[in-house]
Amino acid sequence: MKFTWFNLMPWPYLPDDFREKYRSVWVDIPSTLYDPVKGHELYNTYLDELEYAEQLGYDGIGVNEHHANAYGLMPSPNIMAASLARRTSKAALVVLGNSIALYNPPIRVAEEFAMLDVISGGRLVAGFPVGTSMDTNFCYGDIPALTRERYAEAHDLIKQAWREQEPFAFNGRYTKLRYANCWPKPIQSPPPIFIPGGGSLETYDFCLDHDYVYCYLSFSGYKRAKQLMDGYWQRVADRGKDLSPYRAGFAQTIVVAESDAEAERDYREHIDYFYNRCLHVYPGFADAPGYRTIKTLKANVTSQMTRQAVGDVSSMSWDQLVSDGYVIAGGPDTVAAQMKELITGLRVGNIFCLIHVGNMPKEKCMRSSKLFAEEVIPQLRDLWPDYATDDRFWVHPLATHTNRPAAAAVGN
Amino acid sequence: MKSRLIDVAGRHQIRVYEGGNGPQLLFIHGAGGLLPNDPFLARLARDYSVTAPLIPGYEDSDSTVPLRTMLDFTLFGFDVWQTLKLDNPVLVGHSMGGMIAAEMAAVANTSVERLALICPAGLWLDEHPVGDLFATLPYELPPLLFFDPAKHGGLLSAGGDFNDPEFLTDFLVGNARRMGTAGKILFPIPDRGLAERLYRIRARTQIIWGAGDRLIPPIYAQRFNDLIGASQLTMVSQAGHMVPYEQVETVVKCIAALHN
Repeated sequence: MKFTWFNLMPWPYLPDDFREKYRSVWVDIPSTLYDPVKGHELYNTYLDELEYAEQLGYDGIGVNEHHANAYGLMPSPNIMAASLARRTSKAALVVLGNSIALYNPPIRVAEEFAMLDVISGGRLVAGFPVGTSMDTNFCYGDIPALTRERYAEAHDLIKQAWREQEPFAFNGRYTKLRYANCWPKPIQSPPPIFIPGGGSLETYDFCLDHDYVYCYLSFSGYKRAKQLMDGYWQRVADRGKDLSPYRAGFAQTIVVAESDAEAERDYREHIDYFYNRCLHVYPGFADAPGYRTIKTLKANVTSQMTRQAVGDVSSMSWDQLVSDGYVIAGGPDTVAAQMKELITGLRVGNIFCLIHVGNMPKEKCMRSSKLFAEEVIPQLRDLWPDYATDDRFWVHPLATHTNRPAAAAVGN
Repeated sequence: MKSRLIDVAGRHQIRVYEGGNGPQLLFIHGAGGLLPNDPFLARLARDYSVTAPLIPGYEDSDSTVPLRTMLDFTLFGFDVWQTLKLDNPVLVGHSMGGMIAAEMAAVANTSVERLALICPAGLWLDEHPVGDLFATLPYELPPLLFFDPAKHGGLLSAGGDFNDPEFLTDFLVGNARRMGTAGKILFPIPDRGLAERLYRIRARTQIIWGAGDRLIPPIYAQRFNDLIGASQLTMVSQAGHMVPYEQVETVVKCIAALHN
């Protein structure tokens, strides 16, 4: 099993009446709610936590990309990954990822990911999300019905840029480069590629065509993910591919304390903050018409767009969130039992551990992370013995790694 | 009005509505498409021989070669024109259709002689942003589009209820195709450079606007009027963006003036 410690980097100072006063945490949230001075402390705290996760032995540390979003303060995940590359030496840098259709020209992603891979000594996991409609369409202005075509072209350009040994001409519909020439090249050829997906057959096939890792990044937990992941594995079998669990990853909110009661006492308010404040997204931004394929839409259309649903600010309770599996919470053995159910039920080799939640302070976050690393992960580590040697879907760092602590650079 | 599927230039298989008698009129619909038993088309058909194609992406109109750019939409209009061998039709467009019609008249400025633009999209004024149709929820549409949503709002849903989850699901699937297509020229800002081409229009032009238009504020009417040479502007009271459905006789009268 591979465990990646992930931090969404939420803004923890949203007011109590946020949902009544503002229509969305994302896209048109006023920046008066952001304070750069508090932000300075916050970024550094969040980076500290990611570095601490490496010390605890997590296999990867993860960052992602969002725009104009108060629960995800990383418009540029590569800046965060670059900070981490210099201060860590073992953990994979899981950048999940760059919304490749939004980089102009997209060869920028090939270049920056190559830089990260080289600086980190071959520790980069490269995520290529299409990006949410909020980010891709509403914040970055990409035309919804053309987003997927632009994405596919960007993907081809990046892969070719990593592969080709000579400059080449790239005549795409959206990007035209007379001299496409990626300097530097990544150490890994190529880095493992992770694709966030939401249940569309096209994405299953895209991952299987290229042997990419299919990642379901949901906040609604493992119980609600079963049908989608079963669909994925059915497709893997139908395509005649091997069933390595490392072909798949899942994001899960997890909080661990000494006991179940303590978990509720200590983490309840932070879970509440995240699920009932941070996820307050105006439904008009959730899905720009044309962003999803008609086939996917027919299967997944929601009715959250009625006047009644929009006006509903009722909260999800701790009990509901825990019993429905949105959150795996409790003492180490409770958490381990549910994690086993998740891992074997969804057949996943990669877990993205959402352990920092909402407005959780550093001390609680470190304690929960430590308990999970020391008392839960050992119970889960070898759940896939048949695939113990399957290293196709993970990083291949250099054997010797140059790590320069800050003091060394100035000769002390 | 009757409808049939036609092949356009071997690229599109589209539905076209036809009916009526009189001078030829080519109607280009807005982002929402045509309404069921479209009452505006039915009224036009009393005075004109009406041709109203559904753009690929609307209902069962489809494309093997997707429309992506403003030029694609503009040429599609002429491909329909030529496929049906229309002869100097009055060109009428509403909203997004007005944007396409204006482009057609600017691009082929010796072919289009009579033009009616009804609350056309296509321009952008920073001080007067056009409403964001793409972030608007279905139940928010009637008050945005109609001067009197209580009286006419039901036209959009053909009697269905946007607050009924089952009806809404069906509507959203259709809407994703329609607005997904419209987004290619309207998203995120409905400006594809038309302002720089309007000077080319030589057609006699009627600009018709609902004085209570909350989607594209009436100040845009003046801007179109300023940028097009031989145009006449009519501001219609007691009407919003859906002026052809709220004050149909006034709109028909303005179009008729093109023949005087």
